[in-house]
Amino acid sequence: MSDRPPAPGARFIGKRVQRKEDGRLITGRGTYVDDVVVAGMLHAAFVRSNVARGKITSLEAAQARALPGVVAVYTAAEIDRLNGRYSNAIFDTPDSPYPDSGLLARSDVRFVGDPVAIVVAETRALAEDAAALVEVEYLVETPVVGIDAARTMPPVHPEHADNLVNTQNSGEDAEIEAIFAGAAFCVEDTIANCRQTQLPMEPRGLVVSPHGAGEVTIHLACQSPHIAALHISRVFGLPEQQVRVIAKDVGGAFGLKVTSQRDELAVIAAAMLLGRPVKWIEDRLENLTAGGQCRDDRMHVRLAFDADHRLLAADIVYDFDFGAYPHGTQPSSSLVTVMFPGPYRLPRYRWKAFGWYTNTAGMVPYRGPWMMEMFSREVLFDIAARHMGIDPIELRRKNIIDTGDQPFPTAAGVVLTDLSCRETMEVTVEAIDVAAFRREQAKAREEGRYIGLGIANGIEPTTVSFGYYSSDVAHIRVEPGGRVTATTSTFSQGHGTVTALAQIIADRLGVRFEDVTVVDGDSATTGFGGGAGGSRQAVAGGGAAIVASDMLREKINRIAAHAYNANPESVRIENGVVTIDGSPEVRSTVAEISEMAYLNTDRLPPDMEAGLEMQYRHRPPPMVFANATHACICEVDVETGMVSILRWVAGGDCGQIINPSLVEGQIAGGVVQGIAGVLFEHIQYDENGQPRAVTLKDYLVPTALDVPRIEFRHMCTPSSTPGGFKGVGEGGAMISPPALVNAISDALAPFGKRWLEMPLSPDRIVCGLEG
Amino acid sequence: MSLHFIEFELNGRTVEGTCEARRTLLDYLRSDAGCTGPHAGCEHGVCGACTVIVDGKAVRSCLMLAVQANGKAVETVEGLTDNEQNLHPIQKMFREEFALQCGFCTPGFLMTLVALDRTEPRPNAAEMRAALSGHLCRCTGYQGILRVVDRLAEETR
Repeated sequence: MSDRPPAPGARFIGKRVQRKEDGRLITGRGTYVDDVVVAGMLHAAFVRSNVARGKITSLEAAQARALPGVVAVYTAAEIDRLNGRYSNAIFDTPDSPYPDSGLLARSDVRFVGDPVAIVVAETRALAEDAAALVEVEYLVETPVVGIDAARTMPPVHPEHADNLVNTQNSGEDAEIEAIFAGAAFCVEDTIANCRQTQLPMEPRGLVVSPHGAGEVTIHLACQSPHIAALHISRVFGLPEQQVRVIAKDVGGAFGLKVTSQRDELAVIAAAMLLGRPVKWIEDRLENLTAGGQCRDDRMHVRLAFDADHRLLAADIVYDFDFGAYPHGTQPSSSLVTVMFPGPYRLPRYRWKAFGWYTNTAGMVPYRGPWMMEMFSREVLFDIAARHMGIDPIELRRKNIIDTGDQPFPTAAGVVLTDLSCRETMEVTVEAIDVAAFRREQAKAREEGRYIGLGIANGIEPTTVSFGYYSSDVAHIRVEPGGRVTATTSTFSQGHGTVTALAQIIADRLGVRFEDVTVVDGDSATTGFGGGAGGSRQAVAGGGAAIVASDMLREKINRIAAHAYNANPESVRIENGVVTIDGSPEVRSTVAEISEMAYLNTDRLPPDMEAGLEMQYRHRPPPMVFANATHACICEVDVETGMVSILRWVAGGDCGQIINPSLVEGQIAGGVVQGIAGVLFEHIQYDENGQPRAVTLKDYLVPTALDVPRIEFRHMCTPSSTPGGFKGVGEGGAMISPPALVNAISDALAPFGKRWLEMPLSPDRIVCGLEG
Repeated sequence: MSLHFIEFELNGRTVEGTCEARRTLLDYLRSDAGCTGPHAGCEHGVCGACTVIVDGKAVRSCLMLAVQANGKAVETVEGLTDNEQNLHPIQKMFREEFALQCGFCTPGFLMTLVALDRTEPRPNAAEMRAALSGHLCRCTGYQGILRVVDRLAEETR
């Protein structure tokens, strides 16, 4: 339990408070990066490789340079003068095997979309015209496409010995094979995701304003101005304080905007070489082919059970396609093996993981990058239940951990606490009348209709308080007029963080919600913090806001007590009005107290610092766990292969909820992204490494016609952090794929097939049924 | 590239200027006319973030040339209200139903719904949802947007 639970009679925490952000966003007055205009600003466009692998034999830019309005055409030769070396200083270790190549391709290209030259011109249209005039010839080589090719083909990066990005394993286990050999039941199979892309509706983009020697201000579509500034300063070897990153509104990110990639950094280099402001806004073709891709992974799973259907052992092999230039070489997908045991008692566990370079666009994290742990485990549980002839819900009941088991050390060494796995599962299952559904299912089958029920359980590790994500800061001040301003190191790309923090601050201070303004989005004016990533902001930022507010309230109490000859404990603050227990004649306001603090300082206690402001940097525990169970009912048309989702129940426990509407928004957005990965979205490459989904007509994003109405069931087991909050940003995207695949598999159970290769598009389902 | 003179009504005001024939209405609105409410989400007519109303109909401003707006009446999200305290009823519903997160797609959804809302007879919920299938939202899973459609359909009855 938290030592700082919500105050009794909380007026804002837990309520569906309308968002502060919406006023400007629904009136078209937001400020996204493409809305930023800087005097004298030039525009950039890229020349990108149209082959997946090859040597650059000639590059002719004279025609482009001669076009009126073109200011510069830079290739690696010019950009390399700044010695910008891409590496992920934020998330990688110094010895990470990042390819030693420039921000633009030097002598060879390694994926379709690899930036070869950058054109800077007076308008975007001219920059694109000129980019089309740059002639590049390649000596085409056979590309490495897919994990199997990566194992055997020559390295994507010639400076490396092979295509292995990284490999890890749990070590020797001489006994595990004996456990499998002696088990009553064993199941095994391979489940494969299909490659997707984050696809925020706002693509990437930045406006770079260099100011003299090495100092630069960058408006950037990012997830944390601080992380971005730190990363950029490291890449170019600039002192941290000389890089300022500013962002106001960001049109979604989902992992894509966590750190800048080679092309974004090349824009910064071009602006610094020119000494003039440069804007680059990614177009959707670039975004789909070179922006960042994800989920191209697969896992082979073996599970062993005893005669009573209790899990005995798991053995997994995990492969992940990193593309050519991944965001980092030590990605958060390593959580796959750590989280695989999930909410179950698993006595024995062995794992191996491999990351592979290929001649495709680079891997960038996507909401719940380690979702394969949940996906593979929950789908294999259903396969195991069918194999053993028991109900999949019963199988989970047999193996799930209880409240009394916690703190529970998993087979991967993670200690689980504050979870309600069994209770949340039962509440979700109860929402579906399973017995009635089974009757309906039997009747439907008689009519030639195939409906199915799938459920999935998951544990979401949130906050991930490691490295640069270790802390967040809130500086809260009451202005001389009584209004409250908080500057925080959190940052939203649509999450509603500003609203959630204002709810917390208004509650803890006892002021009106509309009197609280939260300011973020500028690396120069707010304290360092990780921003959005790892579902961390409610716990890390919310905790900082709680403690800083409490410190500030205590100071208000002390000033009021001194001014009105009372005891600080007897001071009450509600709606900005200050009263004293036992002194009904006193009725002051936070504004009046603030006036004393700034203007009439002789009314303060003699030794007290003037002003009314407090700051606290909160260091949350390394991981705060949330749990969820989702249930899906779907119908599969066996003639067309179309899947229709009929019901979706999302049960979850994210501790104390700050704003249920924000929480449901996070879950729903994730669920639909997960559904998309099962039914629709697929970045395909052909054998030449050519991407086949290059427009939104090829890359199918769900529309309003494709989504279920989600029914929510909220549980509340508070975490042990201030406020009792937990994160909730990624779980929906991780748990919806297994729930849906299990429902499809249940619907099609009479056909006796397994549905394990994503996407389960209509053609795949029809071919599978016929094959 | 030849320059063309254009004149059209933008949110009730007359706008005039010159532009290249190839300039899209979206680029003209954003860069020349100062209306940054319409957004460039895909620039090939799929995502709907650039939707504006031209002569009463919702259109993709990324697929229309600025010269084609000559003599027409164009309405962007900025034209729905000049004051956050006095929102258009559909804007108010978006806020109340948490129908947006990042807000990048929102102006497009709003303009399509406003155009439908003005159509006689007003379309039913299924027709409105079908129209919204031409808009992509990546954040919300459409839950709040569908609730807005429910409310609009209720009001029609």
